Amino acid sequence: MRAMRIAWLLVAVVLLAPPAFAVDPTEMPTPELQERYKALTHELRCMQCQNQSIADSPVGLAADLRREVRDMLLAGKSDEEIREFMVARYGEFILFRPRMSARNAWLWLAPAVLLAIGAIVAVRIVRQRAKLAPIDGDTFDDDEAESR
Amino acid sequence: MRRLVVIVPLLAFALLAVVLAVGVKRAPQKNIIESPLIGRPAPEFSLPSLTDPGRTVSSNDLRGRWYLFNVWGTWCPGCRTEHDVLLEIRHSGEVPIIGLNWKDEDEKARQWLAQLGDPYEAVAVDRDGRTAIDWGVYGAPETFLVDPQGTVVYKHIGPLTREVWHEQIRPRLPKQSGAS
Amino acid sequence: MLPELGHFALILALLLAALQAFFGIVGPATGRDRWTAAVVPAVAGQVVMVALAMGCLVAAFIGHDFSVRYVATNSNSALPLFYRIAATWGAHEGSLLLWIFLLAVWTLGVAIGARALPQRFAARVLGVLGVVSFGFLLFTLATSNPFERLMPPAPDGRDLNPLLQDPALALHPPLLYTGYVGFAVAFAFACAAMLEGRLDQYWARWTRPWTTAAWAFLTVGIALGSWWAYYELGWGGYWFWDPVENASFMPWLVGTALIHSLAVTEKRGLFKSWTLLLSILAFSLSLLGTFLVRSGVLVSVHAFAADPARGVFILAFLVLTIGSALSLYAWRAPLLKSQAGFEFGSRESFLLFNNILLVVAAGTVFAGTMAPLISGALGLGTLSVGAPYFNPTFMLSMVPLLALVAVGMHASWKRGRLGAKARALGTALAIAMAIALVLMYGAYDGGLKVLTFVGLTLGVWIIGSSLIDPIDRWRRKLSLTRAIVGMTVAHVGLGVFVIAISAVESYTHERDVAIGKGETVTVGSYEFRFAGDRDIEGPNYDAVRGEVVVTRDGRHITTLHPEKRLYWVQGSVMTEAGIDTYRGTDLFVALGEDLGEGRWSLRIQVRPLIDFIWIGAFIMALGGLVALSDRRYRTAREAAAEPAGGGVIASEEARA
Repeated sequence: MRAMRIAWLLVAVVLLAPPAFAVDPTEMPTPELQERYKALTHELRCMQCQNQSIADSPVGLAADLRREVRDMLLAGKSDEEIREFMVARYGEFILFRPRMSARNAWLWLAPAVLLAIGAIVAVRIVRQRAKLAPIDGDTFDDDEAESR
Repeated sequence: MRRLVVIVPLLAFALLAVVLAVGVKRAPQKNIIESPLIGRPAPEFSLPSLTDPGRTVSSNDLRGRWYLFNVWGTWCPGCRTEHDVLLEIRHSGEVPIIGLNWKDEDEKARQWLAQLGDPYEAVAVDRDGRTAIDWGVYGAPETFLVDPQGTVVYKHIGPLTREVWHEQIRPRLPKQSGAS
Repeated sequence: MLPELGHFALILALLLAALQAFFGIVGPATGRDRWTAAVVPAVAGQVVMVALAMGCLVAAFIGHDFSVRYVATNSNSALPLFYRIAATWGAHEGSLLLWIFLLAVWTLGVAIGARALPQRFAARVLGVLGVVSFGFLLFTLATSNPFERLMPPAPDGRDLNPLLQDPALALHPPLLYTGYVGFAVAFAFACAAMLEGRLDQYWARWTRPWTTAAWAFLTVGIALGSWWAYYELGWGGYWFWDPVENASFMPWLVGTALIHSLAVTEKRGLFKSWTLLLSILAFSLSLLGTFLVRSGVLVSVHAFAADPARGVFILAFLVLTIGSALSLYAWRAPLLKSQAGFEFGSRESFLLFNNILLVVAAGTVFAGTMAPLISGALGLGTLSVGAPYFNPTFMLSMVPLLALVAVGMHASWKRGRLGAKARALGTALAIAMAIALVLMYGAYDGGLKVLTFVGLTLGVWIIGSSLIDPIDRWRRKLSLTRAIVGMTVAHVGLGVFVIAISAVESYTHERDVAIGKGETVTVGSYEFRFAGDRDIEGPNYDAVRGEVVVTRDGRHITTLHPEKRLYWVQGSVMTEAGIDTYRGTDLFVALGEDLGEGRWSLRIQVRPLIDFIWIGAFIMALGGLVALSDRRYRTAREAAAEPAGGGVIASEEARA
């Protein structure tokens, strides 16, 4: 019970702060690094905030994490190494793009599987209906002028 | 076949209802993220001491002992809340507390300790927040329990309470460790 | 006294809603005509009481009654009148009352509109609506009473959240809820039809205008929310895939599928059980949205202050209503069979693909939104799902859908032949590709990006294709029905929307800079010069106002005035972006932080055609409103007034 109350206190503190945003004038030496910096800071979650990326959040920790990203990029680290660095410290919760791992596979496969099921259903229904006569028994036959 | 297909929505919905029910039950804890550090070696650090600016506080010096690693700052209201509990732990002498003064001003932090009492064996100063990031800290106060092998055993997020101390931390410590 | 009156009115409304549900469902079921007839007076009473309660709460806000806790938390004596009224739905309790009020308005509309429907059927529709009203009234009274008194009264209120002090956001909840709640009507029609066991085309025809209206309101509501986020939050984005946004988007996707499948059910008597299921699903997702937003199970930027007790209540209500509806469905749906056929390439087949793709899209959004909950429930640990997941997966079903729209509109019923239309469509496609290339290389930066080309082409093609028919008819001096005009307008809106999104996603330039007075920075093909800042004072805030002069090739384009406001009462800082449109391109500047010595960090964005995202959405909604004013819905009532037994369905034309 107690833990819950404290958790609520935490939530309340976070909620009272209006969702402000950060302006991050970091300039990387090359446009390519700038692009990667932008992409990475947008896919890392600000752990303190309500559903904001570290690129958008004005809180101190987000700024620190942006600095880490910048420094690691300048040190020649790859995007994956930077993600790994963050996950090792904060867990997968920090990634707005869930990893393609066994436990997240269902999430990444869901859209494709749904689409495949949809396609199979569509084909089956169309085949079935194409065999039936296009009778008109069960319908309004008023002139909607939209059929031709 | 058709009979079966029409029950699918109902079954799917039943499944969803269960997920939602679990979600409601877990809602209060959703902001508390389990640390990936638990069961792993505590991050190494070597930082200037707050109280004795000439000295450094280093993780190497802590090898071979149990200790609590407490992240705090004078800007953090929850840290004020837990301060009395920290003092009690210090007085009990059961486990030393190492402080990490996170993104704070030295002068303010020293004043805080002078006024409220100093529960820490040593306080490391992490002005740029790098060590806190290594520990995966996302909001002060946070408290870690580290064993003599340097492994993180437990993490508490939010103000430390007597319940947490008695029910979570003490049972993990060896009986009468004599750490004092 | 007014708050107590309001509270009392709510309790009476609860009782009347219970009577409405009882008479509406039990009356027809047991064949007691006097009970059945009693449902209308119960509706009238319920509506009056809910309106009275709503009026009392608004009056408490207008009259600064800070002895009411809800008013004291969400208003202030310095708050202008317009926002005092809007503050009524500024937080959980009041917005719930608004939900109930709008449901009452819809119920009244149905009661009036359904007078011509068979009495039992109408009573059942109202009965089901009564169940929904009852649930929400009970929810309000049990967990979220807006009339609770504060003892002692507060000397002044804590003010409305400054983020909400904005015209678009004041209107966003009423419109959004009108849409959400409107799907309750489609749901009620579906349940009534299942209870009655009467699932003919009349049902589809009766429910169609209500569904279209709900969909149009939801469209406008979502668009307003997105527009608000763009200029008020200061991030300069228009869609964040936040759980709260997704909560409104899922019913929209399913609702869109529903208005299309209703077309097939009404016209050909096909897809009946699917249409029923979609009616249930659209409303289920509305309820699910309410649950997600108010229970605090998900982390969101703009959720209500949440409370698990509320979550438990809504969940119980959800299980009861949706569970019963789906059980009813499992019982009735197997009886629905149709022997009518259609060919591949017919209008029916295209609408089938439309439905499948829309539902897959909704399923994708659902998977991403619910993933943290599902993962948590399965003990797979916490995870986050954001735009990097939603953007690519959503496209997977959206691109094929958009590619089918242009052709689908011209497919004929039953037969899979395009005939003479094929040439016109081909010409339209060629023109669309040409326009897309001109836009890419002429108006914007150039460079061949496949998705941009596809998006622009499809957008233009959809517009061109929509216009083929009206132009043809206009040339042959034939009249157009409202239904066709509505469909055309809505699809033109979709085309505009697609073009706008493609342009925004491809040709946006954004930069965050640190800038001093007199310095210039180039973003896209525009130069932004920071001319300095000064302090100003508003009605309930202080502000710093920056001045940014925008030029292009040395020519003055506009001067922007971004502000950073400090609202006195809550002490919160808000950003007001400076935005102007030049040749369809939005020039956006927001003030970041004061870096000292006259330097500021600025967020500068150049977004081409972004306004057309919302304009497109408004056009879509307008199309819906035009379509539902079609003559056949007005005459449908007369048709329904005929004794409708025996399943003989004559045409209106025959009767006229």
